[in-house]
Amino acid sequence: MDENTPILQVDGLNTTFHRNGRALPALRDVSFSVARGEVLGLVGESGSGKSVTLRSIIGLARRYGDVTGQVRWQGRDLVEMADRALRQIQGREIAMIFQEPMTSLNPLLTVGLQLEETLRAHTDLPRAARRDRAIEMLDLVGIPSAAQRLKDYPHQFSGGMRQRVMIAIALAANPKLLLADEPTTALDVTIQAQILDLILRLAQDMDMGVLLVTHDLGVVAQTCDNVAVMYAGRIVEQGLVRDVLREPRHPYTVGLMRSVPENLPPRTPLYSVPGVPPGLDALPPGCAFAPRCTSCIAPCSQDRPALSLITEGRQVACFNPVTKSQGNAA
Amino acid sequence: MTGTVMEIRDLHLRFPMGRSPADYVTGRPGRVVNALNGVSLDLIRGETLGVVGESGCGKSTLARCIVRLYTPSEGEIRFDGQDVFGTEQRADRAYNRRVQMMFQDPYSSLNPRMTTGQILAEALSVHKMRPDAKIPARVAELLELVRLSQDAQHKLPHEFSGGQRQRIAIARALAVEPEVLIADELVSALDVSVQAQVVNLLLELQETLDLTILFVAHDLRLVRHVSNRVAVIYLGRIVEVGDSETLFSAPAHPYSQALLSAAPSLNPDERGKAVKLEGELPSPLNMPSGCPFHVRCRHATETCKTTLPVLLPFKGRGEVACHHVEEINANA
Amino acid sequence: MSDMTFTNSQPSFFRMALRKPGLVAGLLIIGFSILLAVFPGAFAPYDPNTIDYNAIRQPPSWAHPFGTDLLGRDSLSRVIWAYQVNMQMAVFGTVFALVTGVIIGALVGYYRGIADLIFGRIVDAVITFPFLVLVIAMVAVLGPGLVNMYIAISVVYWVYYARLMRAEVIAQMGNDYAAAGVVMGYSDRRIIFRHLLPNAITPVIVYWMTDMALVILLGSSLGYLGLGAQPPQAEWGVLIAEGRNFISTAWWLSLMPGLAIVLTGLGFSLLGDGLADLLRPRG
Repeated sequence: MDENTPILQVDGLNTTFHRNGRALPALRDVSFSVARGEVLGLVGESGSGKSVTLRSIIGLARRYGDVTGQVRWQGRDLVEMADRALRQIQGREIAMIFQEPMTSLNPLLTVGLQLEETLRAHTDLPRAARRDRAIEMLDLVGIPSAAQRLKDYPHQFSGGMRQRVMIAIALAANPKLLLADEPTTALDVTIQAQILDLILRLAQDMDMGVLLVTHDLGVVAQTCDNVAVMYAGRIVEQGLVRDVLREPRHPYTVGLMRSVPENLPPRTPLYSVPGVPPGLDALPPGCAFAPRCTSCIAPCSQDRPALSLITEGRQVACFNPVTKSQGNAA
Repeated sequence: MTGTVMEIRDLHLRFPMGRSPADYVTGRPGRVVNALNGVSLDLIRGETLGVVGESGCGKSTLARCIVRLYTPSEGEIRFDGQDVFGTEQRADRAYNRRVQMMFQDPYSSLNPRMTTGQILAEALSVHKMRPDAKIPARVAELLELVRLSQDAQHKLPHEFSGGQRQRIAIARALAVEPEVLIADELVSALDVSVQAQVVNLLLELQETLDLTILFVAHDLRLVRHVSNRVAVIYLGRIVEVGDSETLFSAPAHPYSQALLSAAPSLNPDERGKAVKLEGELPSPLNMPSGCPFHVRCRHATETCKTTLPVLLPFKGRGEVACHHVEEINANA
Repeated sequence: MSDMTFTNSQPSFFRMALRKPGLVAGLLIIGFSILLAVFPGAFAPYDPNTIDYNAIRQPPSWAHPFGTDLLGRDSLSRVIWAYQVNMQMAVFGTVFALVTGVIIGALVGYYRGIADLIFGRIVDAVITFPFLVLVIAMVAVLGPGLVNMYIAISVVYWVYYARLMRAEVIAQMGNDYAAAGVVMGYSDRRIIFRHLLPNAITPVIVYWMTDMALVILLGSSLGYLGLGAQPPQAEWGVLIAEGRNFISTAWWLSLMPGLAIVLTGLGFSLLGDGLADLLRPRG
């Protein structure tokens, strides 16, 4: 298969939740694609829709709201797919890992049993081969003396080791895509570095696409190939990590990057985007970022800028994108 | 006014875990969590001292000892020359007024059934900071100080965002006009842009109110930004302490080196430059002998396994607790 | 998704209460029960103690909707007047246990230590005995009657409230606002009673509601056994006991007071459930 052929193609994804009789547009017009071996970062603050995106792809969001649009996977549309057929894909072809591994592992079953259960559900391996595969997986994710640890329960593992177990279970069936929802947020930096390394290595070895949701631009910089920045349920900027972080064009991306205290004179005031994100039930009519934007111009408050290609490989949804010189001066 | 406001000397804190029936039969003593293992630290008036380390290293325990939420098993804390755990001082509530603390979780540190106005007024009236008639005016002043609107007075904590709640917590601490503020992961639960607002506020208040701050956090970038000095904690011991800029640009202890390089930089060109740290934090139930870091340290020798290194000045740039600090930093 | 921002208008406490049909029904039943208890004379068609030998054991009719008893007294009026005694039971049978239990539970939960160990043994001792047997034994020692029954119930029952309160206070102390109180230099009394107690008391209040129903049941049982209210006082348990020998010929004698017990119990249960829902901290 061609390196650049996308395995996952999301097109015009909309997710709407309903609360107290009001429609909340959690996702609007989200489009992107992930290729084999590619790591795409989805970055944004709480409520920007990054986690909802993952949940809409894998079919978890449809239980709580309406999902429309297209999620193309191996020539099929996951949005239209029946729950039964979707369950064949969940865990087998597309796997997901979460922020808190303790809550997604069953505390009453041994790690070995949980691994084997996944293998039984998603592979045709015989019993003995499943055990070997389970040991191999724990070994692969860097858990020492894997054969003995199969008999241990989740609480007998530390936070970092639990996340490794979670990854081992997720990857047991050789999925082609990994959805990772803030997989390292609950971990210490030294452990975070180990886990991110592990995910990267496995993505390469297994030729697997990764969709990594995080709020930490540093994690994006150190792990992802491409990045999509989300704000109020929409992608506002998308491109190669190197380009986006070096020369952000959307004013929100610029603001987000500037509030990270890096390369600043110590104890000087940190930049912070003025105002607060809008509530989903009170989105402004034009660009959702307009009320907080320092480069807001006349059309911004009436019309919504579409995500469009402004340079090679870079998409920005803004009527007045930041240029390099402005970016430095602002 | 400069000089040391607080001296922490050889602080130990052990939490007994209780003995299992098997322990009674075999006569084995109960297991003990060694949360702090001889922390010594000075807090200098007007400075911000950053404390960094991985979770479970004892940084929050240290903060809680300082405000007397925990009583140390050994060692002492002297504030203005007085032992804060001395029998007379224990009963002295003035210490609680002069040394205040702010907590990590903005959702649990405020009483959910009291309005902002009641929370602030309570602090003012218990410590008799103002005569009763002047309390409402002072509450209004405090809200202004932390940039909250006056109608916040009549609202309950659940009506505020995380950032606003931390402002209320700051206002409550400032109500009693303290000299020292302990900020335990004050902004860790907040989004970056909100984090920036709260940190800016804290730095500004420090200038205007002449505060000394102990800033405990796991976000290294943030600690580097706000601190004058930084202490790195590993398994309940300080392994390195020194000027913030020097320590962050050229850490001397192998653990500081690994910790700081693990923080993901915004620069994609720095990929793969991190000093890889193998393994995880050992359990404080089974403290390694000798240097607590030797099991993960790539420079460890036989000496490290047996002898505990002490904090010693290193090349006039702070103190480091490492037997091999000279060799490790020979090229630097 | 929990961090999603909503600009949510908070409806008032009162309006939220009205949206819960169970709570409204509970309030109506208990409200009406209190009215009957306070002004029985205004609702009862006859004097409850007027004897009429010409109308003995009459089945329900327009003149006597609940029928009449062995002495020709109007059963409806007897049931209504019994509200006075039975509702009084609900209050006096619980309120001393509630207050003592809440205070002791809060103190033990806050200080732990030796007091907690002793409390733990008391709990063990009390809950290993069947509750009814314990109360009957105490009434037997003190002598039958309402006041002695209240004393017996309270002496045993505070333990249940204290146990609940202790657990809730310990859970609340996991919140940093309690630690913040210590750091602020507040007195223990202030932290326990101003901060922890208001946050810890909700489950106790809910329990209190169901407990009032249980105490009415218990009081009626004791009345039935002749250990509680004494005839000729109108009390549901006493009324049921009076009718027990005629259950096949004059079923209304026992059935009507029984229904009153069921209805009041239901009212307290609905009220407790509704309050539990309503008092859950928001945000």
